[in-house]
Amino acid sequence: MPSLGADMEAGTLVEWLKRPGDRVKRGDIVAVVETQKGAIEVDIFEEGVIERWLVEPGTTVPVGTPLALIAGTQPAPAAEVSEVAAVPAAPTPMAPSSVEPPPAAGRARVSPAARRLAAERGVSLDRLTGSGPGGAIVSADIERAAAGGGPRPTVPKRLDLAEMRRAIAAAMARSKREIPHYYLNTTVDLTRSLAWIEAANATRPPAQRLLLAALLLKAVALALGEAPEFNGFFTAEGFQPGAGIHLGTAIAIRGGGLVAPAIRDADKLSLDDLMAQLRDLVARARSGALRSSELSDPTITVTNLGERSVETVFGVIYPPQVALVGFGMPVERPWVDSGEVVARRVLTATLAADHRASDGHRGALFLADINHRLQSPETL
Amino acid sequence: MTRDDVAAVLIDELGRIAPETDASRLDPTAELRDELDIDSMDFLNLVTALSERLKIDIPETDYPKLATFGHAVDYLVQRLGVAARPVTSSQQPEPNHRGLPSLGRKSS
Repeated sequence: MPSLGADMEAGTLVEWLKRPGDRVKRGDIVAVVETQKGAIEVDIFEEGVIERWLVEPGTTVPVGTPLALIAGTQPAPAAEVSEVAAVPAAPTPMAPSSVEPPPAAGRARVSPAARRLAAERGVSLDRLTGSGPGGAIVSADIERAAAGGGPRPTVPKRLDLAEMRRAIAAAMARSKREIPHYYLNTTVDLTRSLAWIEAANATRPPAQRLLLAALLLKAVALALGEAPEFNGFFTAEGFQPGAGIHLGTAIAIRGGGLVAPAIRDADKLSLDDLMAQLRDLVARARSGALRSSELSDPTITVTNLGERSVETVFGVIYPPQVALVGFGMPVERPWVDSGEVVARRVLTATLAADHRASDGHRGALFLADINHRLQSPETL
Repeated sequence: MTRDDVAAVLIDELGRIAPETDASRLDPTAELRDELDIDSMDFLNLVTALSERLKIDIPETDYPKLATFGHAVDYLVQRLGVAARPVTSSQQPEPNHRGLPSLGRKSS
């Protein structure tokens, strides 16, 4: 059972998507687990053949429990047992087991395919009884409900927001208890970035247009390359730098709650690829179809308040990460340029960082570097 | 395509983005972003869906014209009217109209 964050202790296996005998490779989705963050698709990190399942659908098991036996390319059974469980999870130092309430029993378990179908057909999941393993709602149940007619959509229940709230509470309480935060902010003149996006988008169809968010994420990713002490985890052994730059991208869920799945190796992605991934991630976060690796990978979190909000966000670090970069709402403000007061679109960028891993001086350089990069959008 | 058809398409697409709201009961003069709590990503998805479904180009500079339900329907009807005219010789999808700045003011 993969750990999908420091706040997760257990998960419920909903369904297997592969069978014993199936060959699997890195990135394949092999199972679906129900967690506080909704139904999550478990992707695998190894290549091999599935020998047998160790956990039956409907069973709730602690994080770390081997789910399946996979015969790898190099036959060494002991090492392979936990392939599925051994998704390189975020380290969970000092995980306070008392903080988190046990997962509530009896919630509807729904396969992602069924969720998508339910959303398409406008079938409410709340009133359905699942016929799948462990009472899980599967596609056939949706078809049956849709065929039965009934009025058009009530709201499809895609995520358990109460559970998500509890998970956020546990993680944020731990953050405020353990992490000595310090905060910095700076104001970014957006003129160049916005002009650059406008010019780029003028020749693109909507499906290929960029949002400011893509530039902000890329600027953070590139700046992290020069500031590794903000990218990684704080564990019992102290600060551990991340193996790559995987930006946890905070995504608000309609109706409340949020998740911050990773855009992996964001520093190496082109703006177009980064934008495509962001679009895909937002869509899947909101429909409850994220993958396990996306939730366990982030090495830092970026939160972007967007256009209808406020100017400044003071972030709470998601443990065991050591930093959070926040962007407020772009606003028009008086700005001095070459001795003249002019109207400019500006944005407040903030850094919340862990004082155990870095100091304010380095934090200031990091934040200033993000600002600097946004002044040359063509280099992002 | 009638104005009602365009409104139905818009209601349908808004329903995909904000499934918990009944888009058919929207106040046509209220700001969509506020009414439906949609962010810039939702809005981009809406524009993408509308432009693909209606086969029209919606330049970024026209986004403000989609601010309310009523204005959005007006705008889309106008774009479709504009789109319908050049399609006489062949069933070509609408080419980009950027560069023609004041396409469809209050003409239709």
